[in-house]
Amino acid sequence: MQPRDYRLLDSGERALIVEFGDRVDAAINARVLALDGALAKAAPAGIIETVPTYRSLAIHYDPLRLSRDALADHVERLAQPHGAAPAPAARWTFPCCLDEGMGEDLGEVAAATGLSRNRVAALFVGAVYRVYMYGFAPGWCYLGGLPHEIALSRRAILRPPTPENSVLIGGGLALVAVNSMPTGWYVVARTPERMFARDRAQPFLVGVGDEIIFAPVDGAAFAALEERVAQGEVVARRTGL
Amino acid sequence: MSAGLRILAAGPGVTVQDAGRRGYLRYGVTAAGPMDEWSFRIANRAAGAREGAAALEISVGGIEATAQGAPLRLALVGGEFNARLDGVALPTACVFSLHPGDRLVVRAGPRGAWAYLAFGGALALPSTLGSLSMHARSGLGGTGVRAGDVLPLADAQPGPSHPLALRGAPPSSAPIRAIPGPQDDYFDVAALAAFFDSAWTVAARSDRMAYALTGPRIAHAKGFNIVSDGVAFGAIQIAGERQPLVLMADRAPTGGYPKIANVVAADLGRLAQMRPGETVRFRRASVAEAVAALRVAHEAVAAGAHPSAALSMDALLNANLISGVTRG
Repeated sequence: MQPRDYRLLDSGERALIVEFGDRVDAAINARVLALDGALAKAAPAGIIETVPTYRSLAIHYDPLRLSRDALADHVERLAQPHGAAPAPAARWTFPCCLDEGMGEDLGEVAAATGLSRNRVAALFVGAVYRVYMYGFAPGWCYLGGLPHEIALSRRAILRPPTPENSVLIGGGLALVAVNSMPTGWYVVARTPERMFARDRAQPFLVGVGDEIIFAPVDGAAFAALEERVAQGEVVARRTGL
Repeated sequence: MSAGLRILAAGPGVTVQDAGRRGYLRYGVTAAGPMDEWSFRIANRAAGAREGAAALEISVGGIEATAQGAPLRLALVGGEFNARLDGVALPTACVFSLHPGDRLVVRAGPRGAWAYLAFGGALALPSTLGSLSMHARSGLGGTGVRAGDVLPLADAQPGPSHPLALRGAPPSSAPIRAIPGPQDDYFDVAALAAFFDSAWTVAARSDRMAYALTGPRIAHAKGFNIVSDGVAFGAIQIAGERQPLVLMADRAPTGGYPKIANVVAADLGRLAQMRPGETVRFRRASVAEAVAALRVAHEAVAAGAHPSAALSMDALLNANLISGVTRG
């Protein structure tokens, strides 16, 4: 048998953390998503919920129904060291607006990278992103795939609160920030779509591991789309892969 | 008028909690749920509610309430709150009837931070993402219970003709058991020893999200930033200020600071019942010991929800005697 290339870490007796690495990395995240997907298909009774993050999978379980050893054995069978990364289940196209007043910090990113504002915008909308994880608050969605040319560190000093549904970049990642909040990230766009809407038939649209691309729209189109969203419509488009 | 509990007054921090919001941690949604799972379970069982049904979680701010529309079967369990029904003291843990016009007053007592008022029948509130639990920070389920609110009940049940005392667990001052990890390797042997050997004080800024502890500084062996991973109830995080933060029911589902240990589920209720200023000590436990303790805690729920036959109504009218008896 091959040696395990992941660590099993107990977070109390009701959660087991399967840790594939200690950094943000597409290959590590692919392992996390592969195990999460395999567990979803073949979940032993006693698993309550799993939480994928950049580099680990938290498995919340009931130890009176599923022993720690049985869970570890199950993970060992599923966590294939050389398994192919799971294909994204879907690709989402999110309209977004990068106009002045929306992509508030594009100029700062341009100054910091030495690129033109248009070049930063083109790089941002030209990339295919993958949802690494949600965190912080409902619908806050962290994305890998940001082009290295615009992979800035986060600010040392927080900027004023972002508008709702801002698309941010920072620390080598992109982030859709649902609520207004001061942040160390840079605002590059806004989307009229809501990552989370509690009263929508599907409160969360995008699954962890799905792909997202951002399609630029002008201010007038943004306003029209925002109006449709306010009426309950979903304006992001989903394509099965 | 349909049956329900009418809130006449409520201090801050009074919320409705069921077993918590399940299945949405992966979307950044906090589970919430009761701070003291064991008192919550006993209360629901004593009230005749289904397991995990929504109950009122009462903070040290207390409540005043009355029944509306029908007599209600209620169970009050958790901490040692002072409860009075039309001015007459109720046992510390009890099942009773609340009639329209009766005034129930629950105030903080000598000990305890959270009491659960569970209902015969079921709270008929709209659920959000499959749960009635209120999470103040996100607003899911609502932010809190306030004076004037009516909590409507479906299938309200009449309670016993006289209040019945429940067997109270004797207060314990044993150390809180905790399992090292998942990031105990971010601390050296001396730091781990300092954590387990020290007396910690619950700080004033403790709330449903986290209990802050103050004591000796705990040094990190390799910094205090980790790439986020999942966070369990009772995870003890040590961030930049080098003081423990025990992450409780309203914690975020993920976090980016090293966690030195995790409180075992059986002892989480006891920790949750501590108030700012109280002292807490930890003791190292294994997963096997924690699972054995969890089994015992579940067995204790069945025993705790059973009214004590030894208590007569006359005895219940004497508050001093009641506190002496129920502390066993």
